[in-house]
Amino acid sequence: MLVVSAIITGLGLGSMYGLLALGFHVTYAVSATVNFAQGSSMMLGAVFAYSFAVRLGWPVPLAAAMALALCALYGILVEFIAVRPFARRGSNAWLMATVALGIVVDNAVLFTFGKEPRGFNMPWATGSFTVFGIGISPLQLAIPAAGIALAAALHFYSRRTRGGKAMLAVVQNPDAARLMGINVPRVISGAFALSTVFAGAAGILIAPLFNVHSDMGTVFGLKAFAVAILGGITSAWGVMIAGVVFGVVEALITALLGSTYTQILSFALVIVVLAAMPNGLFGRAEVKKV
Amino acid sequence: MKTAWTRRSFIATAVTLALGSALPALAADPIKIGLVTALSGQSARAGEAITRGLTIAIDELNASGGVLGRSFELVRRDDEATPAKGVIAARELVFKEKVAVLFGGLDTPVSLAIVPIMNQAKVPFMGPWAAGTPITKNGANPNYVFRVSAVDEIVDKAMLQYAQKNFGTKKPGLILINNPWGASNEKGLRAAMAAKQVTPAGIEKFESNDIDVVPQLTRLKQGGADTLFMAANVGPSAQVVKSLDRMGWQVPIVSHWGPAGGRFTELAGPNAKNVHFVQTYSFFGNQRPVGAKVMKMLMAKYPDIKGPDDVTPAVGVANAYDAMHLVALAIKNAGSTDGSKIREGFYKIGTYAGLIKTYDKPFSPAVHDAITENDYVWTQFIDNKILPVGMVK
Repeated sequence: MLVVSAIITGLGLGSMYGLLALGFHVTYAVSATVNFAQGSSMMLGAVFAYSFAVRLGWPVPLAAAMALALCALYGILVEFIAVRPFARRGSNAWLMATVALGIVVDNAVLFTFGKEPRGFNMPWATGSFTVFGIGISPLQLAIPAAGIALAAALHFYSRRTRGGKAMLAVVQNPDAARLMGINVPRVISGAFALSTVFAGAAGILIAPLFNVHSDMGTVFGLKAFAVAILGGITSAWGVMIAGVVFGVVEALITALLGSTYTQILSFALVIVVLAAMPNGLFGRAEVKKV
Repeated sequence: MKTAWTRRSFIATAVTLALGSALPALAADPIKIGLVTALSGQSARAGEAITRGLTIAIDELNASGGVLGRSFELVRRDDEATPAKGVIAARELVFKEKVAVLFGGLDTPVSLAIVPIMNQAKVPFMGPWAAGTPITKNGANPNYVFRVSAVDEIVDKAMLQYAQKNFGTKKPGLILINNPWGASNEKGLRAAMAAKQVTPAGIEKFESNDIDVVPQLTRLKQGGADTLFMAANVGPSAQVVKSLDRMGWQVPIVSHWGPAGGRFTELAGPNAKNVHFVQTYSFFGNQRPVGAKVMKMLMAKYPDIKGPDDVTPAVGVANAYDAMHLVALAIKNAGSTDGSKIREGFYKIGTYAGLIKTYDKPFSPAVHDAITENDYVWTQFIDNKILPVGMVK
């Protein structure tokens, strides 16, 4: 019972990590840059959805759609002001710039939304059913399902649509893509929008199980980056699977050994795996052409 | 526009000068009472509660002629819940404003940072909220720090006592937030359990951003926990309640006062009411004459207070009210506003019929905390109100 309930907990949490990590993957693949403040994007998704659904009383689907649209806009903004100016000059300062922008956003939300955590209680998210003596909330099953669905949608988008194919072209060779008439900056900008939409979706999904506040995404963002590296940041399915594995391992350590060891062991394990497999579980070694 | 400003500033200056020269003729200099607490941000309401408790007590004292023929005056500074800002504010109030006694706020780290300054400056420091054990037990001799509030190690004893009496607890499970406050309570609860030969079913920690506490709680359940002892702020406490809901585990929860700090019912859902937590006072239920008097004064002074519902957080108001009266008695006993003499004055306080209780020799060189484990009120959230346990079924 201990193990099964830990696995269910881990699956839900792991899918969240996976979704955030997928955001890291999308931008890294296209532009070799990431938005380090993915945690803030996740928080924005939850805060926007809460504000529309609870404070303004909008229907939840509309609130969620609007929140995701705003997250996409935020992603475009991140790329435009915190990544592009630095990446264009070949500087790595976007690393710090995205972290700084995340801190600015967290504090702006703190100031406007308030410090008090708020409960995002949705009727469909409360209640639980029992399977083999283990209480499960429907949301705990919905979260991994949504995570996998979004990963699949990304897969479909990149293989079957014009925009997706343009993205793949930029991944393979930005210069050749430009010569073929692909607007590379726009594709990169789109990848950042997609990345923050994934994070925002994670925030909206997790909000009813958690509570909504300005620093709800900080720890998630950190763990998601660890997951992205663990999975091999170049593989979409890799980061999603690594997310789930990390979540389950984390929950199992807590359940079997006690919460004192959770952070120590789960992160130690990340180091061990990366030492043995430097490109992550599913990543391919980058070939540098000289 | 320019003319108006000039005229206005001229009138303002004239009035200030006139008042300034007239004041000394009216009364002796007031005795300044300092307050360093959070007056902005998340804890602003708590800072306001302390202010209100102090203001009501000061108004009452001034109406009856003050002490040593002098009235009291409150001087406040915002610490923004950060120790560095608290230290700057405390220095300013002690050395520049020359306050006779300084009151602290609700954050233990801020109070801990201020304590050495007060012991060095030999000015009494009164804690009306922060519960950290080392605030009063700070190792200084002489010790200028006093408190009228809950104290972690005493709350921990009271939690065990309450659980044993009301739930027949034999094997408690501890679920504590993983920060210094949680660690302080782990120490206190371990000591309290050892004193009563109680062995815990387990001690589990969780992070303030943990979404699911089911694994920790499952361990406690499998360890045979018959009661949960909880010490965590309002958000994480709510995560414990929601995780218990998912597990379908109905177990008594006895908690420190974390849940009182926010919208617990909104965050934790309908089972928020199952958490019994400690408070020092409640304005609900039958009030003794002092309680009725304070309620009446609060309603008269603050138009937004229509009844006990609006006195939030009640502990801030009640602790500050009693603490201010005890400070006045100490100054009266000292016969001066000299810090060392006021400190001695605290030890000479005899009986005082306060709001929380009737204090009988509340302070001695060995005891700087006026509230004991028998003085706590056990409460629960019913909707958005903190009511004494059992008041509403």
